[in-house]
Amino acid sequence: MAVIITEAPAPARRPVRDRHHRGVSRWVVLTLVTLGALVMLVPFAFMLLNAFKSPGDYSSSGPLSWPTEFYTKGLRTYWTEVNFPLKLWNSALIAGSVAVLGVAVSLLNAYALGIGRVRGRLWIVGLFLLANMLPQEALIYPLYYVAKEIGLYNTQLSVIIIFTVIQSAFGTYLLASVMGTFPRSLLEAAALDGAGKWTVLWRVVFPNLRPTLAVLLIFFFIWTWNEFLIPLVMLIDNQTQTIPVALASLQGDRLMDAPTTNAGALISLVPAILFFLIFQRTLARGITAGAEK
Amino acid sequence: MAVSETVVATQPAATPTPPASRRRPRGRNAAYWLYLLPGAVLFILVIGAPLVGTLYLSLTKWSGIGDPRWVGLDNYQQLLHDDVFWASFRNTIAMIVAMVVVPTLLGLLLAAVLFDVIGRRFKPRTAAALRAAFYLPQVLPVVVAGIVWGWILRPDGAFNSLLDAVGLGALRHDWLGDPGTALPVVMAVMIWVQIGYPVVVFMAALQRVDPELYEAAEVDGANWLHRFRAITLPQIRPETFVVALTCTIAALKVFGPIFALTRGGPENATNVPSYFAYYTFFKKLQVGYGSAISTVLTVIIIVVAGVFIWMQARSERRDRGF
Repeated sequence: MAVIITEAPAPARRPVRDRHHRGVSRWVVLTLVTLGALVMLVPFAFMLLNAFKSPGDYSSSGPLSWPTEFYTKGLRTYWTEVNFPLKLWNSALIAGSVAVLGVAVSLLNAYALGIGRVRGRLWIVGLFLLANMLPQEALIYPLYYVAKEIGLYNTQLSVIIIFTVIQSAFGTYLLASVMGTFPRSLLEAAALDGAGKWTVLWRVVFPNLRPTLAVLLIFFFIWTWNEFLIPLVMLIDNQTQTIPVALASLQGDRLMDAPTTNAGALISLVPAILFFLIFQRTLARGITAGAEK
Repeated sequence: MAVSETVVATQPAATPTPPASRRRPRGRNAAYWLYLLPGAVLFILVIGAPLVGTLYLSLTKWSGIGDPRWVGLDNYQQLLHDDVFWASFRNTIAMIVAMVVVPTLLGLLLAAVLFDVIGRRFKPRTAAALRAAFYLPQVLPVVVAGIVWGWILRPDGAFNSLLDAVGLGALRHDWLGDPGTALPVVMAVMIWVQIGYPVVVFMAALQRVDPELYEAAEVDGANWLHRFRAITLPQIRPETFVVALTCTIAALKVFGPIFALTRGGPENATNVPSYFAYYTFFKKLQVGYGSAISTVLTVIIIVVAGVFIWMQARSERRDRGF
């Protein structure tokens, strides 16, 4: 997620003659890139413009007009019809559980692979990496069938278990390579003090890796939040669906006139934009920490 | 997706073992297997077994009820003669253009311009704000973004109104409903979705490059384009590989945007293998055939990933040779 440049890359060092050379062209470049960035934002502008418009206003004045009144009924209709708070809770429950469990499983796996250096670890890490690349269609039918057989179909738990494994496949790959560079002296010192493997993991490895784990936690959360295929297949009713699935299953529904669609999309995007704003600094730190290795 | 790859890009993958570990007796390490146990069990249940299951089902005919009937390679033979199957893979190539080729090239240019021109000749904050604008679509649930785009591109949607407003009303069109325009329009939306990822990764990569290289080149009179080609491109090649690989895998797997925008239509003009498989599984209830499509897609992804990793290893070896 966007890396924030916190320090200016020393603009003071610029040679003086450069200013003459680029006086005009830099403004041209800035204008072009800004135009590009505005084009990126146009869909959001359309969405905002129409999310608070009444259906009558929309059908008479079209999608580009300024709303004649601040109309919130579309938003309220969507909110109550789909029981948005419940969808929010489902998404948060699934993404939150997957983030925590996925990091825990990744940590245990990576401890055995990166620090324990068990035999065949390169193959095992490769297998995890490969698993992360698999198309979900290659897993979905057997998962769907078995979930039905054992009564996990249409439960949040089924999605939590599946994504814990899929995300931890990536987490294992990442953490195993980070732990491969873990200072051996720290481990040996702890072993000399008589610490067992479990104690070393909790008292030495875990505290040292906390920043990386935090980044991984946030990634897992956001990825799981945005997932679509598996929740679409596994979660079929109002009680269990996540935010994206709820919006997608109402596509083309009588309820969803253009303003309501936009209002629904708007509130569905708000949480993701909030995570982006809240977490971008943490993520930037994690990425920079990785780069310094 | 995006972010983790950023991390990968900056992490040295699978580090070599220091010789010290070899001296230790095996018994000590064996205890670590215990830590791998929960992960391994979950992995086998959720990934290993279903994958084998799909492979087996691809050799059967099954509607999901009763017992699968063994048919050998029939499904695969049928695939070879299935126009929809071939169309879906042709469309995958279009997705690779829209999600890999264009975003990577455009991303290199944008990242270099943002970092080198805007970041240094204007305030770094300006560069960060512009980068955030390009990156925003990457943090959103892609299906939700797809639904907004689907509305914008409808016959009575915002895009046609915009054409009217600027006097190009003659171009009004059912953009997603016409087999002739649906694919190019979906490609344009995918570029919009994808572009932020390479921009962010490449900008992070550029911070790693020694500024003195650029200064030395500038003193020698190299212009911006020279520096871009001689310094920027070679310096961030590892990240370029990672971006190209992860975007290619994402393009091969693309599902959500197609589901939200066109459901593969009209007339399969935008169908892709993963949507084709989903539709075959859950709408046509041809589980064996859907499994065959998924298996072919899986094999292609593994081969593509293998080729990428092999190419990267080769180019690294060549670099060390110099």
